[in-house]
Formats: sequence, C-alpha cells, structure tokens
Amino acid sequence: MSSTEATPQGGDLTVMVDAEEARRARQRKLEKTGKWVLPILIMVLAIVMWDRICVWNEIPRYILPRPGEVLATLIADSGLLFSSLVTTLKITFLSLALAVIGGVGLSVLFTQSKWIEMSFFPFAVVLQVTPIVAIFPLINIYVDNQTAKLLLCAWIVAFFPILSNTTLGLNSVDRNLLDLFKLNGASRWQTLWHLRLPASMPYFLGGLKIAGGLSLIGAVVAEFVAGASGQSSGLASRIIEAGYRLNAPRLFAALILISFTGILIFLVLSWFANRILHRWHESALKQEH
Amino acid sequence: MQLAEKPQTGGAQLILRSVGKTFGNDVVALSDVNMTINHGDFLSLLGPSGCGKSTALRLIAGLSSPTSGLLDWHGAPMGKADIGFVFQEPTLMPWASVFDNVWLPLRLQGVSRAQAEPQVKKVLAQVNLTGFEDAVPRELSGGMKMRVSIARGLVTRPRVLLMDEPFAALDEITRFQLNSDLLALWERERFTVIFVTHSVFESVFLSNRIVVMAAHPGRVFGEMVVDAPYPRDEKFRTSEAYAHLTRKASSLLRTAMGLEGEGGGDHVLH
Repeated sequence: MSSTEATPQGGDLTVMVDAEEARRARQRKLEKTGKWVLPILIMVLAIVMWDRICVWNEIPRYILPRPGEVLATLIADSGLLFSSLVTTLKITFLSLALAVIGGVGLSVLFTQSKWIEMSFFPFAVVLQVTPIVAIFPLINIYVDNQTAKLLLCAWIVAFFPILSNTTLGLNSVDRNLLDLFKLNGASRWQTLWHLRLPASMPYFLGGLKIAGGLSLIGAVVAEFVAGASGQSSGLASRIIEAGYRLNAPRLFAALILISFTGILIFLVLSWFANRILHRWHESALKQEH
Repeated sequence: MQLAEKPQTGGAQLILRSVGKTFGNDVVALSDVNMTINHGDFLSLLGPSGCGKSTALRLIAGLSSPTSGLLDWHGAPMGKADIGFVFQEPTLMPWASVFDNVWLPLRLQGVSRAQAEPQVKKVLAQVNLTGFEDAVPRELSGGMKMRVSIARGLVTRPRVLLMDEPFAALDEITRFQLNSDLLALWERERFTVIFVTHSVFESVFLSNRIVVMAAHPGRVFGEMVVDAPYPRDEKFRTSEAYAHLTRKASSLLRTAMGLEGEGGGDHVLH
C-alpha cells in the first residue's frame, strides 16, 4: 500500500480526520498536559490553603508553622538537616542492597529445592509479620554496633517483598521453555542464569520498588526507636529533637525532606525498572491507544 | 521426488515397539503404540485431542519416558543436538533478541556467540528472517515468531525435527505460507520431521506418511501413505489429487473417532 493512497485529495500530506478522531486527539492532548498540571495545581492550592489557615486562625508557629517559614528553616538548617539525611540514606541504601542480596539469594536457594522452600519460607513470613518496633528492643540487647542495629532493622522490613516476588518470578517460567532447556541438556546453573533469572526480572523489579520505600521507612523507624536513647544522628532523631524543643518548623522541614527522599527513591527505581523492561515486558510498554 | 515414490528408501530411523504411557493419575495416554519412522520422513501424527499425539512426541524427544515398550533408535545414538523441537506456541524468551533466541541451543552446548554466528545467520536466512537479528519477539508478528522458533529448532542441525501443532494458532494465510516454506526447507535439507497436527488438510499437504491416532486410550489407529510427488506448491492445494487424498485421510480420521464405519483394528490405506 502506498502512502499517497491514504489522502483523498492526493499529494496533500495532512491526513483528513473526522470529527470523532479530532475530538479524540484533543482529548489525548488535554490528558497529557493534565497529567502534570493538575497535581501541581492541587499541591500549590493546598500549600496556599495551609498558609491562609495559619494566618486566619492565628495558629502559633510552634503548633503549625507557615509554609514559608518551613522553607526558610529548610534553608537555614540545611547543613544540619542534610548531614542527617546522609546518615539516614546510608542506612537506607545499605539495607536495600542487603535486602536485594538476601532476598534474591534466598529465593534462588528456594527454587533449587522445594524442600528448602517448604522448610524456610514460614520463617521469612514470621519475620515479616512481626512488627519491627516490637522486635527492636531485642535487637538493641543483642547487637552492640549502632549501625548494625539500624541496618538489621531496616533489612528485616525491606527484604521480604524482594524474597516473595523473586521466588514467584523464578517459579513462573514458561513450562515449554524449561522443556527446551532440558532437551538441550542445560545444567541447573544454565537454566538459572539464562532462563529463571531473566524471567523473574519483572517480579524482582516490582519487589524492589516496594523494598526501596520500605527500607527508608525501616531506617527511619529504627532511628526513632534507637534515637529515643539519643544514640542516632539521622533525620528521625532530628524530628524527635525538634519535637522536644517545640521547634515545629524544623520538624516539618525534616518531614518534608524524608517525603521527598521517598518519592525520589521510588522515581529512580521506577525509571530503572523501565530501562530494563522497556523492550519486552507489558508493564513497561507505552500505551498505544 | 524419489522419496514420495518410495517412502521407505530412507530406512528405519526410529521404531516404537508397543510403547505405552500411563500417567500417575491412572490416565492411559498411550497404549501399545507401534510405529516406524524412516530417515527423511515427513510423518504427521493426526488425531483428535486426547489421542496422545503430543505425549508420543514428548516420549520421542526424551522429555518423558514410556511406562512400557521401547524406543528403538537406529544408526548413531541420538545426542542432545540431534533433536529439534518446535512447540505450539513460539515459546521464545521475550527478553532476548532473535539472534540470542536462535543461538540458545548452541549456547547451552558451550558455543560462543562468535562461533555460533555463521550457523545462526544461516538458519535465519533459511526461514527468511535475515535482518531481524536484533529485534525482540514482541516486535514480530505471530508468523515471524514461529519462524524464529523453527530456526531455533534447526540451529543444531538436528537429524529429527519434532513439531507439536506449530501452526495451529496462526491465521490461514500465514499458515499456508509457513507450510510451503517448511516444505521447501525440508526438501533441501532432508531432516526427518514428525509433525503433530489435528488438521487433515495440513497433514496431507505436508507429509509423505500420516499416522492416524484414536483416543481413549491413545493408540495408533491406522496409517496412510500420501502418494503425491514433491515439490508440492500452492497448485497442489487445489488439485484433484489433493482433494482425493484429503477425503481419504478425513475418512480415516472420522473412522478413528468412531463417526464413520465400525472402527477398531488397524487400517492401512494406500
């Protein structure tokens, strides 16, 4: 089929569209801009409302500071806050890395033998469902090193989604492909490396996105519990400290910093997952309609 | 062409001697199957679903072992590389390029990318996919995916190519095209093909022998020699001879399914 055939007038490159298609195209354009503009608009509106409520109700700054004041504090205290952020991030990323190693390692071990999976999976579930705040006092007794304490705590929170997702992925391999590997005399290692691991990638990356957020939460929660005894210097201890001193602006500034870090971690991991899967997996394909 | 006139010239390559397969849940998938496959045969296993034709193929591939009976390979012992398998679905690795998918069987034998390249390029050319090496499966049409799957089945230069209803999911136009291309390839290379299908038309067009199977329990019901010369082209599809052979195969299949005649016993049509 030649391209000129499509245009009724011939030679004209702009394709005629009917009213319905034109409306649909307009709709698409509108949605595309709306996707960015609307959330920003709502956010700005919320901040303005926040500011107005503070002014109208004459709320004292140690109860609810105005947004401008929070921003000023964020800038004024940036040295202190960012060095605390670095401390928290260190724990976050280290525990995420350990969660990846532990989660993937254990799930590979699980898929090597049904027996291992049957025996040990319940332990992983127990570890997951017990609230970390309740376990921490024990960790506090058994582990001396401050960093190790926090790491262990954040790791317990973060590793489970990686473990359960990757285990699911390693087991969701096309049966026929497994037969093909068997037919060609593939070793266990070859089947793992060339088939099971790549096939589990979308599942693993899904788990990683959840674990990224959880490791930050784990790190902050651990600092909170440890920070109560004044041993920590992360963002959570800044929040506690600010709470004691009724320094609400700094408390808010620290809170905002944590939120933005969480969003950033999620965005980076989503982008990373998209980079890896964009050519083959449904989840990363651009919508075509 | 000589093969069509004298289908037995190749000599026996594989003989199934009273092969039976019973699954753990006491389902008898195959019972007392006797069959001879000759070198260079294009043999179709034709039958309704549940007749055990796919089970038979898996036994021949060595993916499962028979409950009773023997699979008797003649000539050199069959190694891993001697059997190519093409599934009903293309069964490609979605994350890997066309090249990597076709390279896979060689890769598992320890052949490096560079060493494998000439052979991979050659089979891709044989299935008319030159230039698509770097595409990933989702960028290809259903027919092209099947071509990749066939190329992967042939990349180790197997002596036997097993195909399990490979074109069942394709549209008719694509299926006809792949039928012709497969036939041309087979005539050039003369590997043995065992082709599982439930299409009478496809089996008559492709094969020199058709083994008709019946269900409950899965068994060989009868055999038919497709007495038409190769090469067979699109003209063959509309020929009188094709219509005649199709009627014959169809009638045999209907008898096997108990829809026509008395059924039972070994039917051999010539």
